[in-house]
Amino acid sequence: MSMDIHATHDLNDAHDAHHDHEHHHEESFVQKYIFSMDHKTISRQFLITAVIMAVVGMMMSVMFRLQLAWPHEGFALTNFILGDKWAPKGVLDPNMYMALVTLHGTIMVFMVLTGGLSGTFSNLLIPYQIGARDMASGFLNMLSYWFFFASSLVMLLSCFIESGPASGGWTVYPPLSAVKEFMPGSGLGMTMWLVSMSLFIVSSLLGGLNYIITVLNFRTKGMSMTRLPLTIWAFFITAILGVLSFPVLFSAALLLIFDRSFGTSFYLSDIIVNGAPLEQTGGSPILFQHLFWFLGHPEVYIILLPALGLASEIISVNSRKPIFGYRAMIGSMLAIGFLSFIVWGHHMFITGMNPFLGSVFVFTTLLIAIPSAVKAFNYITTLWKGNIQFNPAMLFAIGLVSTFITGGVTGIILADSALDIPIHDTYFVVAHFHIVMGLSAILGMIGGVYHWFPKLFLRKMNKTMGHIHFWLTFVSAYGVFFPMHFLGLAGVPRRYYTNSEIPMFDNLVDINVLITCFAILGALAQCIFLFNFFYSMFRGEKAEQNPYHSNTLEWTTPMKHTHGNWPGALPVVHRWPYDYSKPGETDDYIPQTVPLRPGEVDGGGHH
Amino acid sequence: MVKLLVYLAIVLLIVAVSQLARVFELASELKGGHKNKVTERDNRNMGRLFLVYLVAFFAFIIWQLCHYGPLLLPEAASESGKKLDWLFNFNMVIIFVVFVITHIMLFFFAFKYYGRDNNRATFFPHNNKLELIWTSVPAAVLAVIIFLGLKLWSEITTPADDKNSDVIEIYTKQFDFTVRYAGNDNVLGKANYKLVVGANVLGLDSADVAGHDDKIVKGELHLPVYGEKDTREVSFKIRSQDVIHSVYFPYHRAQMNSVPGMTTLIHFKPTITTAEMRKKLKNDKFDYYIVCNKICGTSHYAMKLLVIAETPEEYKAWLAKQPEFMPAASAAAPSGMKTDEAPKEQKGL
Repeated sequence: MSMDIHATHDLNDAHDAHHDHEHHHEESFVQKYIFSMDHKTISRQFLITAVIMAVVGMMMSVMFRLQLAWPHEGFALTNFILGDKWAPKGVLDPNMYMALVTLHGTIMVFMVLTGGLSGTFSNLLIPYQIGARDMASGFLNMLSYWFFFASSLVMLLSCFIESGPASGGWTVYPPLSAVKEFMPGSGLGMTMWLVSMSLFIVSSLLGGLNYIITVLNFRTKGMSMTRLPLTIWAFFITAILGVLSFPVLFSAALLLIFDRSFGTSFYLSDIIVNGAPLEQTGGSPILFQHLFWFLGHPEVYIILLPALGLASEIISVNSRKPIFGYRAMIGSMLAIGFLSFIVWGHHMFITGMNPFLGSVFVFTTLLIAIPSAVKAFNYITTLWKGNIQFNPAMLFAIGLVSTFITGGVTGIILADSALDIPIHDTYFVVAHFHIVMGLSAILGMIGGVYHWFPKLFLRKMNKTMGHIHFWLTFVSAYGVFFPMHFLGLAGVPRRYYTNSEIPMFDNLVDINVLITCFAILGALAQCIFLFNFFYSMFRGEKAEQNPYHSNTLEWTTPMKHTHGNWPGALPVVHRWPYDYSKPGETDDYIPQTVPLRPGEVDGGGHH
Repeated sequence: MVKLLVYLAIVLLIVAVSQLARVFELASELKGGHKNKVTERDNRNMGRLFLVYLVAFFAFIIWQLCHYGPLLLPEAASESGKKLDWLFNFNMVIIFVVFVITHIMLFFFAFKYYGRDNNRATFFPHNNKLELIWTSVPAAVLAVIIFLGLKLWSEITTPADDKNSDVIEIYTKQFDFTVRYAGNDNVLGKANYKLVVGANVLGLDSADVAGHDDKIVKGELHLPVYGEKDTREVSFKIRSQDVIHSVYFPYHRAQMNSVPGMTTLIHFKPTITTAEMRKKLKNDKFDYYIVCNKICGTSHYAMKLLVIAETPEEYKAWLAKQPEFMPAASAAAPSGMKTDEAPKEQKGL
């Protein structure tokens, strides 16, 4: 395992070393920890912001779950958090219920699983795993975080205004979101939502462009595209999806801002407000849905792909086996990424869209099942005849494969336009997307935190707490979302403040109680994680150089945070990252920096 | 004051747990080694837990099927709904089989191949034959699913023959549904949102004679259930006056959004009357409903419409009792409703 450190001598390297000398000792606290341009610090900033936002999003869900299980009953917790205005005597106000559902969705989808997941791991792993000193542009990278921070802050602040935050659902369909008379949250709260999202889109674009450029241009010598770890492929494809789709969301938001504030009518037509016809007419609310879902569907994969990438690496390392079908995995991700742009209409089968157009979307959507199936089978085959090390990260990665399958198969029903009719917008959909996207992504993200904690904070998280955390989380995850399929099949629409107003749902109270109990268990389980996370950050066991015996480059850097990542020259790569348990070798891993033996074939090929 | 105490208690709890954890850390540090490295014992325990989870998970699902299965929607009360249910179950069986097989493999492998200290994994980077199998088999199954799905979809969405249907309008606003029956001519009169004033809740244009015999009813929707051999359907024209709602017939497996600015369409043939369904379910209080299924504002959760499915005779008798929009007598001298400017044509009606 000799590291060939003398082979590289490119300009970029020399420039960076020089740069280092000049500035290294002058860094103030503000430069180092707040307005930092270092990818590792920015990664930690994203992670900690995302953890805080995740706690906020989770507490919101606990409050509305309490309301759903025991409607109209008072809870001290709800009153404690929301106060007398929004929860008199602890009974959740219907407007606040709508707001909580809306913000829970927005925060989880955008702040936690887009900004938090990509922001943390793309920043941490792209330079580390491709052998670069930092991101292409440290400055843009810093801006990306601070726009994300501003966006999160505006979203949180919108909770404290008089009329309450946005409450038209995370999809903010106009006209509900466009006309402030239609619900309290469509006033200032909605304006702040749009401002927050605009800031978020800026953040996402700055980050995404940086990730793409860094992966394309800053790979170290020998790191060809087919020697990239699957994590990097996932982040790379994710960034491309984001750069191509977020601007469309921005245009949707901009037109909505115009309709709301400047009297245009892109989305408004034939509307009566307070008994009088609205002057704005001639637009179409369906236009918004097209624009929204043109981002909205790629967004699902912007959330999911990084988690799948992290899982690929974690599963391979901990199975002590190469990931099965490396090239098929890349191909699947590319196929999923491409297809994700031509399936958005499956969210709109029953909007009155032309049925023939619906048929096209059925076809393209169901095609996605093929690369997804390939990925699932490849993960399972990677476990086969492995020597599985059950680090907490590995448990979460296996959990991800499970939820990816469970949530994925119900997608086959929902993608089928005819079958979608009776379950569209019911709890069946809620179950589907929470399992396939929410759970998979958050399990992958948490797994990533456990696995790369030594690179993030130079320490390890406690393994026993990690194991307990996983099992409680995994039990409560299915406990919450599996029964929701039954609610959906019983015809219960989503976003209902209570099911007690419609007699046909009277016999479903038990299911809601069960779901809420598991939700509370799940929330408590996350306290174990939070404690482990913050405690280990400061006082956890110091990590050794390569704790999991991994092949990838991040583990060749010294266990301290230095500018430029590698103290000497950049490492040179000689092989793909998945040479685990290769026959004829003494160790069960061969880092990427080890040259190929004479006659040895790279990439898992045979002699 | 109470809040302050709660915060204080939380802070103290965290401090206490931290100190406790520190004690454990120090104690295990004395023993040496990498205490957070997983051992063979950990691996064995976790592998076993996956096996336990597999069994418990399937047991939980079976329990739910037994327990919640009877609470699901009863058999479809429309003709297309029955076909839809068949295809739904067909697809459900496929995905359930896939779900069970993959989960047995996933969790069983996790159990069987847990890490042993003296073991070495098998180097198995790829296999073209296997990969071909699990690309082509899902593709073949999906081809069947797509074919059957699209066949049914085109059947359901082929526009209704309004001459052979009872034409009914459903008009939505925050937070109720209004129903308009097309009257003797079975044609809905033109309407315009600018004409919604006072009693003219749907904005009917009094200049359009076709609308004079239309019947506007709030609070309930009556559906005729024709005999098996009668091909007559019910054809719905759906409009909205404020936000997007969704007209969701859970029992009839039908749904369509109502969108301001356009008229959306669905049609189906009801097959079971309310009375028959009550008998089938042995529940005297059973009723069909339409519920709103698109977030539409604060009281979204309470937006519903009672649906009464009845025999053609009952339906006719009930409908005869409902007042016309402009009975023939007053239609001769229309007053009040007419506006000076000619309203623009309603799209799509």
